[in-house]
Amino acid sequence: MTGPHPQHGIAHEPDAPTLEADDVWAVYRDRLAADGPRYALEAVTFRVARGERVAIVGPNGAGKSTLFKLIVGTLRPDRGRLDVFGHGPAGHICIAYVPQRAQVDWRFPVTVEDVVMMGRVGQIGLLRRPGRADWTATRAALARVGAAALARKQIGGLSGGQQQRVFLARALAQEAELVLLDEPLNGLDAPSQEAILAVLDDLRRDGVTVLLATHDLDLAAERFDRIMLLNRRVIAFGPPAAVLQADTLLRAYGGHLHVIDADGTAIIADPSCDEN
Amino acid sequence: MSFLLAPLQYDFIVRALVAAIIVGVVCSVLGVYIVLRGMAFLGDAMSHTILPGVVVAYFLGWPLAVGALVMGVLTALGIGFLTRRAALQEDTAIGVIFAGFFALGVALLSAGASSVDLAHFLFGNLLGVSSGDLLITAALGGLVLLVIFLFYKEFLVLSFDPLLATTLRLPTTFLHYLLLLLIAVTIVVALQVVGVALMLAILVTPAAAASFVTHRLPAMMAVSALIGVVSGVAGVYAGYYLNIASGPAVVLAATLIFLIVLTFSVLRRRSPAAEGVAL
Repeated sequence: MTGPHPQHGIAHEPDAPTLEADDVWAVYRDRLAADGPRYALEAVTFRVARGERVAIVGPNGAGKSTLFKLIVGTLRPDRGRLDVFGHGPAGHICIAYVPQRAQVDWRFPVTVEDVVMMGRVGQIGLLRRPGRADWTATRAALARVGAAALARKQIGGLSGGQQQRVFLARALAQEAELVLLDEPLNGLDAPSQEAILAVLDDLRRDGVTVLLATHDLDLAAERFDRIMLLNRRVIAFGPPAAVLQADTLLRAYGGHLHVIDADGTAIIADPSCDEN
Repeated sequence: MSFLLAPLQYDFIVRALVAAIIVGVVCSVLGVYIVLRGMAFLGDAMSHTILPGVVVAYFLGWPLAVGALVMGVLTALGIGFLTRRAALQEDTAIGVIFAGFFALGVALLSAGASSVDLAHFLFGNLLGVSSGDLLITAALGGLVLLVIFLFYKEFLVLSFDPLLATTLRLPTTFLHYLLLLLIAVTIVVALQVVGVALMLAILVTPAAAASFVTHRLPAMMAVSALIGVVSGVAGVYAGYYLNIASGPAVVLAATLIFLIVLTFSVLRRRSPAAEGVAL
């Protein structure tokens, strides 16, 4: 272990895909089931290549959050295997999770640059202070998301779009190679959404893989390489045109779906937006 | 001036002041994490559950910190067990452990000690601080501050975004229990100053007041420590001049400062010209 950063997590297998799930099953933890286990995810199998941008769509309770927890490594599959760059998630520090804005305590006494610097904590290592390289990385990350001017602001004073960009900057400072975003565009106006998508374009040029959970099928169709349609199982996973078909959407959304198929477009009515 | 100096002719007042200042700093700095992580109820429980350990150590002539640490660990493990294995809500689990251990502590005390001892454990005995007590207070307090300093960035990440702590592969379980241990040690440090019953106030009130006027963690810790020290000193003087118990006087001083800061911050929030002047 030499070089400026003592800790880089475990080595990546050069030929391994960014993400590979093989027959992954996950049980609901928060329910004491008398009639046998209930599964949040069943037989989930897929691969995501380096630099791909994937939208994960599905109804509430489809298992999007569970899938993210498995990828991050806070949950383990009850069956099957899930690998990141050829190894289980536990040793990696290259996975960044951008939380839903509602999950963050915006009154917390930290400035924007404090939050971005948090992304460096894994590389800095225990009992060490941030060095010049860490501050450089922090400022560069903020500049890349167009938030350099916000560095000294308390995070509570940010707009919704700025909040998301600051957390993306944190992922950049972390030198993440796999970024998971949970409903990042909810409640944002079009210019803010566009600014975030521009950052994702920038990430793609670096070969960073992006998984984004969303309810917005239009956005998924227009701006993503592939769409994963999830409802406990992978209903469909492929290019938008192949996935967004009436029959696959019906299988994913069931009764919550209203399909208007006059010119091949589908409209989803999904009554509530709280994810669990 | 003689108002401030007159009490200092008594050595026990000087020792009380030094103890109050140390405790003011240590409790208020650690209290910032208790406030930010929403651990107030746990902090209250811990300050009560350490009682049986402290009482047993007291009877055996051991350092009180040893008994407190054992009980601190048992409390943390017990709550963890009830939450995970027995599927209780965390506040319910804390409540059960809190009441059970505290009752055990009071029962042990009532069996083997005078009512004066009981009052000292419950409400502190600031004027009875000995030089030996001061040494232990300073050593343990310094240890707590050192650990907070060493793990500053890790505790920051764990408090702000536990999931980030996991993705950065920080030792989250270790850090969580380390924080609980720090709380247990801090409670021992503060035991003589405020006692078990009012412990929570000195842990959360200065930090809560500081949260109104600061926007960064180091500033919040500094302001919280300042409020803790001022409360401690004011409490000792109030005890001397008004002839009231020092422990409650310290807590009342902290509460008064809290109310003043609250009023100040509410008024300032109403006047738009004052935007962005906080630390």
